[in-house]
Amino acid sequence: MKIKKNVAISESGFIFNPTTGDSFSTNPIGLEIIRMLKEEKSKDEIRKSILSKYITDDSTFEKDYYDFVMMLQTNQVADDSE
Amino acid sequence: MKQKITVAVSGLNNIDSPGPGIPVIRALKESKDFDVRIIGLSYETLEPGLYMHDLVDKSYQIPLPGAGIDSLLERIYYIHNQEKLDVIIPNFDAELANFMKIEPLLKSDLGISMFLPTQEQFDERHKANLYEFGDKHGVDVPYSKMMFSTSEIPSISKEFSYPMVVKGKFYDAYIAYNAEQVANFFNKISAKWGLPIIIQEYVFGSEVNVTALGDGKGNAISAVPMRKLFITDKGKAWAGISLDDEELVNIANRVISSSKWRGGMELEFIKTAENKYYLLEINPRFPAWVYLAAGCGQNQPEALVKLALGQNVEPYKAYDIGKMFIRYSFDMIVDLKEFEQISTIGEL
Repeated sequence: MKIKKNVAISESGFIFNPTTGDSFSTNPIGLEIIRMLKEEKSKDEIRKSILSKYITDDSTFEKDYYDFVMMLQTNQVADDSE
Repeated sequence: MKQKITVAVSGLNNIDSPGPGIPVIRALKESKDFDVRIIGLSYETLEPGLYMHDLVDKSYQIPLPGAGIDSLLERIYYIHNQEKLDVIIPNFDAELANFMKIEPLLKSDLGISMFLPTQEQFDERHKANLYEFGDKHGVDVPYSKMMFSTSEIPSISKEFSYPMVVKGKFYDAYIAYNAEQVANFFNKISAKWGLPIIIQEYVFGSEVNVTALGDGKGNAISAVPMRKLFITDKGKAWAGISLDDEELVNIANRVISSSKWRGGMELEFIKTAENKYYLLEINPRFPAWVYLAAGCGQNQPEALVKLALGQNVEPYKAYDIGKMFIRYSFDMIVDLKEFEQISTIGEL
């Protein structure tokens, strides 16, 4: 999973895809995950980071992470290139 | 020091389905090289641009295109006598044919410059010929066919699958989901714009457009792609955003290079989920959203004026990505005297 290079992500969680003209906004945890994806961190690394910082469990992370990355792919913000 | 010039511009109907006149004028007023006096050319007395005195210095009514080139010429001679025009920028599809015919005469007799497509370019990009145009210039175009009578609907229904697009030769397009709707749209469009009606294969995807300028020698001076973000019930963009789409710009450049397009143009595409581009339409003049190009750093109307005046114009290399335009409407308060003046003497 890779965030497309030309996608712009602001501090406030505003995401702009200049190829399609679409824009989105995400909450702070979504922004954190996107940043880690941009740094090309693996799913395991992202899982460890989220589980260490927030009160959640592995299966909840798994479900929410899957939903989130599917949304990124559907909206052409990310490529399924991992 | 800026060069003083007088430019006549039509398309002052800045309404919900706007003409490109006012955006063209705004771009010209921001020119770094020209100090432009604007002469508005109007067909109707309620075209809002007539009353926008901060943008339009003086306006004249001109005869409707159906009146022919003799009455148009007579009127232009009169206007030139008053205003000493340097350049005319016609902005309506329906008036272009007349202006193209008188372009050489206006240049030789009055020294007025225009920068219009040739008759051949104008004809080959026509909606009825677009499929062949795509074939010739290597661009994908949805399959289309001309239709002259509702009696052709049964054979059309066999050749095309539903939904299909029903289009007028100049304006208007509707999506028909059954034969009854095709007949309905056929009658509605033909009553307004005449025949033929064009039936076009429906392609699913998002609409992306390019405003561009060709120098007539195969060079694209400018091409700025945009996606509509808000579309009115008439299908017009009420908001849009400039895109970073190299493939789209490349296709526009290819069309301009291959056709040696002369003048402003708008290319309308559908981009499918598989990232394939289908050319839906070529408008042979700037679109009403051309001011976005100026806002992105490519002042296409200014470059067109330079080309018309025979000046050297280098192709633009970059434009701002992610710049948006958002239209708005406001009510002008107009004195009845002004309306009376344009209605009676045809000048304001």
